[in-house]
Amino acid sequence: MTTSVDLTEYRQPGRGRGLLDVFSWRYLLRLLVRQGTQTRYRNSVLGWTWSYVKPAAQFLVFYIVMGVFLQFHRDIENFAVYLFAGIVVVNFFNEAFGNATRSIVDNGALVKKIYLPRELFPIAAILVAFIHFLPQAAILLVVCILLGWVPSFAGIGATLLAIAIVAAIALGLGLFFGALNVAYRDAQNFVELIQLFSTWSVPVLYTWQMPEAQLPEWLFTVYMSNPLVVAVELFHEAMWRPTTSSAFPPPEDMLLHGGVAIAICIAALTLGQTVFRRFERRFAQEL
Amino acid sequence: MTHEAASTDQSLTPARKPSIIVEGVRKTFLLRRSHSFKEAVIGWIRGKDVWSKKFQAIDDVSFVIDEGESVAILGYNGSGKSTMLKMISGVLEPDAGRVLVRGRLAGLIEVGAGFHPDLSGRENVYLNAAILGMKKHEIDARFDDIVEFSGIEPFIDQEVKHYSSGMFMRLAFSVAIHAELDILLVDEILSVGDAPFRAKCQEKIHSLAQEGKTMVIVSHDLDMVRDLCERGIVIREGHQIFDGPIEEALEKLAS
Ligand SMILES: Nc1ncnc2c1ncn2[C@@H]1O[C@H](COP(=O)(O)OP(=O)(O)OP(=O)(O)O)[C@@H](O)[C@H]1O
Ligand SMILES: [Mg+2]
Repeated sequence: MTTSVDLTEYRQPGRGRGLLDVFSWRYLLRLLVRQGTQTRYRNSVLGWTWSYVKPAAQFLVFYIVMGVFLQFHRDIENFAVYLFAGIVVVNFFNEAFGNATRSIVDNGALVKKIYLPRELFPIAAILVAFIHFLPQAAILLVVCILLGWVPSFAGIGATLLAIAIVAAIALGLGLFFGALNVAYRDAQNFVELIQLFSTWSVPVLYTWQMPEAQLPEWLFTVYMSNPLVVAVELFHEAMWRPTTSSAFPPPEDMLLHGGVAIAICIAALTLGQTVFRRFERRFAQEL
Repeated sequence: MTHEAASTDQSLTPARKPSIIVEGVRKTFLLRRSHSFKEAVIGWIRGKDVWSKKFQAIDDVSFVIDEGESVAILGYNGSGKSTMLKMISGVLEPDAGRVLVRGRLAGLIEVGAGFHPDLSGRENVYLNAAILGMKKHEIDARFDDIVEFSGIEPFIDQEVKHYSSGMFMRLAFSVAIHAELDILLVDEILSVGDAPFRAKCQEKIHSLAQEGKTMVIVSHDLDMVRDLCERGIVIREGHQIFDGPIEEALEKLAS
């Protein structure tokens, strides 16, 4: 009976085009982001101030331990700026990655009952993290300007590239672990490990010269290929270096490391999307 | 074929195209024991499956629903009605067979599923209409109709968590039936609306059917189903046992 019907105008429900579908759901994405930023601090007295208090506390602790106790501010000019520029990038990554991983389970009620391109939720999570990153970046910018920072095309380009790298790697990993998290809730524990690792494995609390001095050459190359390391170094170049006069040089081969980092981001996005689409078919029944 | 029987009473409008085709669909749920890697790995090493038990929720169901038809899916609790609806909407994927649809479809399984308690009624209307796939300008154009139909204008800027469950349903349902859709799927429709609102909804649903919208409705309210649908599909323990005119379907359900 159905063979007599022309099937070309039919589609199978629930089969989307993955990340590409998100473009046609821009309006919903905007609402989800707004909801994520507005309801986050509902019923908390300090509200949005928490977005400043947390990084400020973190900065203070690191500054006192690394800068004062370990005397880093003697070796690194404008150590406070150096430190904060790195913290801002790592926080953006940690928050984006953590939010994206939790996004499917957190939106379980919707995922179970209504078909939407599910990639919307990790992407909204990353945009919310980006919005939280903005005020911190603004503080950094103000401090840098006070220290004589002037905008340059290279600097702005490096900043945007760093943000794009962090967003891409966070989305790739977030899709991967977000999908796993639906079936196995211990995926969240891996995420915490990665977040811990990301804080200490990037040159935020120290300079890139320290691992170079200690690691064999091949391992240092691996170290420098971490997209987060590249993003942090790009931020240092864009924000911190212009405020200094006699700082240590930037790492060599930045172009090569940057290329590798971008390739890793693309690979992570592809892997994340593939795994996500494979697991997506079972989201509704496993939540 | 069962579908032949269903279309005899609509032979006045012969050239209607199907909007939903369900072919030999099966759905098996794996009832899993645990949600942790550890158990999964141990089970794997010991050669045992963490998937302890299989459960056949839908077994070889086929039907075709034409454009403009209103069809009820009937059955007792746990018979697989919601599962069937979820497969039509795309929320669940069938393990065998296939589902094909034509036109704009909202995977609206439960009215009000996307409501956020901390947002106001107004914000929720926008959020839910967007979830149903509407664009901003479409929602702007219909906003007044949606609110008027729901009859809760005075409370529209209040947070939804302070609504009574009836008010909540009214607003949610109003959004759903004003969405720009060709196929409307509704589960447990209007369980808490009061009598005047139900009457209003029935009228609205009739007029949507007249406009050629396809509707698949799951409800335990047999009087309402009788009034809204011309055709019924009866499912018992995952098997399709009847597909035909609603009166006969209701008899079959009771038998
Ligand atoms: N995600 C799931 N995992 C495992 N079993 C499930 C899942 N969803 C549904 N089931 C099982 O499938 C069967 C059919 O469920 P379904 O929700 O489709 O019933 P229903 O006909 O809608 O019932 P009701 O009238 O109570 O709404 C039930 O036995 C239920 O336990
Ligand atoms: Mg049900």
